[in-house]
Amino acid sequence: MMKPGTLILHAAARFLVPLQLLFSVFLLLRGHNEPGGGFIAGLVASGAFALYLFTFGAAVTRDLMRVDPRNLIGIGLFFGMISVFPALFNGEPLLTAQWWPIMLPGGTEIKLSTPLIFDIGVYFAVFGSVMLMLIALTEAEEH
Amino acid sequence: MQLAVLVIYLAALVTPWLFVQHQHRTAYLMAIVPAALTIWFAGHIPLIASGEVLIHEFAWIPGLDISFTMVLDGLSLMFALLICGIGTFIVLYAGAYLKGHEDQNRFLVVLLSFMGSMLGLVLADNLITLFVFWELTSITSYLLIGFNHHQESARKAALQGLIVTVAGGLALLAGIVMLAIAGGSYSIQEILNSSNSVTSHALYTGMLICLLLGAFTKSAQFPFHFWLPNAMAAPTPVSAYLHSATMVKAGIYLLARLQPQLGGTELWTIILSTFGALTLFTGAFMALRSTDLKKLLAYSTVMALGTLTLLLGIGTELAMLGFAAYLLAHSLYKGALFMLAGIVDHEAGSREVTELGGLRKYLPVTAVLTGVAALSLAGIPPLFGFVAKELLLEAMIEGAFAWFIYALVIVGSIFIVTVAAVIALRPFFGAFKAPKAAEKIHEPPIAMLAGPIVLVTLSLVAGLLPGLAGYWITQPATNAVAGTVVDGYLALWHGINLPLMLSAVSLIAGLILFKVWDGTRARLRVLDPIIARGPERGYFWFMDAIVWVAEWQTRKLQNGSMRNYLRTIVLVFVGLTGYTLLSRYQIHWNFDVSVYFHEIMVLGVLVAAAITASVTHSRLGAVAAMGGVGYTIALVFILFSAPDLGITQILVETLTVILLVLVLFRLPSFSNISTTRERIRDAAVALTVGVLMTFLIMITIDVQLFEPISGYMIENSYPLAHGRNIVNVILVDYRALDTLGEIFVLALAAMGVYAMIKFNPQTAPGANHFAGTLILPPKKIPEKDIVHSLDEIHQAMLEKENIVAPGDFDATNERKIAAASDAESNPDLSPDASDGHDDDPNEGEQSDQQQGKEDKPS
Repeated sequence: MMKPGTLILHAAARFLVPLQLLFSVFLLLRGHNEPGGGFIAGLVASGAFALYLFTFGAAVTRDLMRVDPRNLIGIGLFFGMISVFPALFNGEPLLTAQWWPIMLPGGTEIKLSTPLIFDIGVYFAVFGSVMLMLIALTEAEEH
Repeated sequence: MQLAVLVIYLAALVTPWLFVQHQHRTAYLMAIVPAALTIWFAGHIPLIASGEVLIHEFAWIPGLDISFTMVLDGLSLMFALLICGIGTFIVLYAGAYLKGHEDQNRFLVVLLSFMGSMLGLVLADNLITLFVFWELTSITSYLLIGFNHHQESARKAALQGLIVTVAGGLALLAGIVMLAIAGGSYSIQEILNSSNSVTSHALYTGMLICLLLGAFTKSAQFPFHFWLPNAMAAPTPVSAYLHSATMVKAGIYLLARLQPQLGGTELWTIILSTFGALTLFTGAFMALRSTDLKKLLAYSTVMALGTLTLLLGIGTELAMLGFAAYLLAHSLYKGALFMLAGIVDHEAGSREVTELGGLRKYLPVTAVLTGVAALSLAGIPPLFGFVAKELLLEAMIEGAFAWFIYALVIVGSIFIVTVAAVIALRPFFGAFKAPKAAEKIHEPPIAMLAGPIVLVTLSLVAGLLPGLAGYWITQPATNAVAGTVVDGYLALWHGINLPLMLSAVSLIAGLILFKVWDGTRARLRVLDPIIARGPERGYFWFMDAIVWVAEWQTRKLQNGSMRNYLRTIVLVFVGLTGYTLLSRYQIHWNFDVSVYFHEIMVLGVLVAAAITASVTHSRLGAVAAMGGVGYTIALVFILFSAPDLGITQILVETLTVILLVLVLFRLPSFSNISTTRERIRDAAVALTVGVLMTFLIMITIDVQLFEPISGYMIENSYPLAHGRNIVNVILVDYRALDTLGEIFVLALAAMGVYAMIKFNPQTAPGANHFAGTLILPPKKIPEKDIVHSLDEIHQAMLEKENIVAPGDFDATNERKIAAASDAESNPDLSPDASDGHDDDPNEGEQSDQQQGKEDKPS
């Protein structure tokens, strides 16, 4: 399946991966107001690496990712969990959304919030899970 | 009070570190904690005796009416004092008893955890909190009984205790929920103070039975008493603490606690008195048959627990008075007796009374203490046990409802006098007899003697000054159990009356029985076959039944055929949902819908793709067709303005196709293994589901059961959750807890897939050395135990049954191929059955290559 020399796929994969990753971050951040969100963004990000995986194989993809997919799952669940607790400090029930708007110079407002942290958690958990399965399957195939 | 419980758990937590430095002296250090708590609780005696109830509130999950509120009244104070007081000496005792034991560390941790749980149990005001502590005591008890886990008997006894108490715990949970429904609250105080009567509630009978099951299993009542004597496999400090003074009284505690609201009915009286009396008699009778010191004590504990239940069942004021006194008396002398039995075992090397004798010369202090404690057990003045026993007899004469209870109690008290005499006299008097040499037997260190000395002294003091013990300790407890202020007092001398006569009679009869004890025991052996058919047989039968049912249902339901699972799930769904649907709603046929041309087109593509997927003979084709179905559905989502769903659907479809392509080549080649009949059946099942789903959708459009929640969500999405994308707001804000759960599930699923692929590369059992070590460090399996392929196992099985000669590997293989091509289900297991069924030559080649790979030994 991973035949060397498919020039178009090689070239396309190299350029599409960063674009798709960028797009996934875009989807993640705009998710609260427009179509998007952590789940979709996570799928897009794994789609990016899936393409790369098909083109260059598991080892190269692992190299490119730098982070083990299992760790990505861990990071995701960790973000998910830490978004649970801030509400406690305000005396509210667990998981109540907390918002910390920050005004940047130039009039841009950034809204930090626990739902955002939570969404990032979902993003990583989905991303990690899909990549874990894909890479494992590919590696089994390459054996 | 919450702090008191917490402190004990903290002590358990730091024990391992302290142990590294102080070894067995850690126990002496740790004893400070319960000792300090005893003093703290003792400081509350005057307050509680004056009729106050101390309540420390602490919210836990207010939304579910669950709190950590703790209440200190007469009953919980008495228990708290016993738990911490006896606990102090037990910890000291354990320090010396298990000195040098490699696992003393672990023992102390579990013992302290138990202490905290038990204290939490008696202080908790909330039923759910009480239940949590209740289960914690079961679990810590399990760990403590099974402490000597090298012995099979200890493991078995631990498991038995756990299963019996936890099964009862389940019933208890059901009872608690019913009680909370009837009483209107989970708070015990609120239930007790509420004006509406629980006893007249419709749930009363069911609730009572469930609660009693919980209490009876925990407190070793007949017919669940068998686990307690078996639990004597635990080290002696555990027996002395858990299985006499504290944990087994948890059930009794619960009944006593709920007695003001639940008690007083005919049902309560009959059940509790009958089972109490039966337990009393069973305990006393079985004790008479035993020769092991700890078994003797264990059965006499069963007897005491029966007595307490009986007193609760009688339920008069006098009985309540007797209950509190008996509970205190029993804890004092039984804790001491167990510790003393442990000393005898430790020093003389045996617990069999028939192997012991004449030890009083070598263990004088132990002998005296045992004698005094046994006097209390037998109920002889001036010990506190006598006061309690007189009250028992008085309460019985005044309140018991049936003659057989009298008979059982009197016979039981005769037996128990004999048992007390056996314990006090046999090991210490007569000719010297012991497995150890006489020179080696000497008094134990003071840490082991401290407990018995203090407890026996308290027994004596309380017996001599019963008014004092009554006023400060048992009277407040009595009031708490009775629910009202009880007018009564404890006294050593009640005058010459019927109870005193009965005491005298049972004393004389008991001593006569002691004289002929050896002969009686021999004669009682006749009954052995009947006893072997006792309740414990029921337990074993029950365990066998569990295994049998598990095996049966695994063979029936979990037979490994994927299609079978799917069919079962789908048919159950169709059956239940379809029934509800047809019996409750009417379907309105509404064909008056306007559709656009492009919608019909999309539908056409959808149907065409679905049909292709189900009739195609190429796997790749099927995958592609399924992808087509998915993308068309995504199109439908987008057409009906759900872009989020559409995007998600497209992405999921894409990844699914990628995943399928990856696994495709690992599957066996495409072959038709099902008969026409099976295919028709499967098609029928699939059609039924389709029809049902169509009906369901029509109903949902038609019937509006309640105001949809989506209106609220749409309205508040921006003002409350600061987001305009409602789907996302639902996912990360409104329903964040669900999503949190889902990502955990997702992560687990991914781990499962990973484990399946990574740790089973050759699809042969045992092929990989690191199986099951996803988290733990790799465990080395010796080379000889590793099986490299299925064929090897098969070969071994055939050789075992003498079907083929050893080494006839090829013949086996052929046999296997023949069997596999006949096999109807489980195509995954027969990759070599590919001849003649291929329609894609590449696929066949691929699987042949794989087969070749598998045959090589790795």
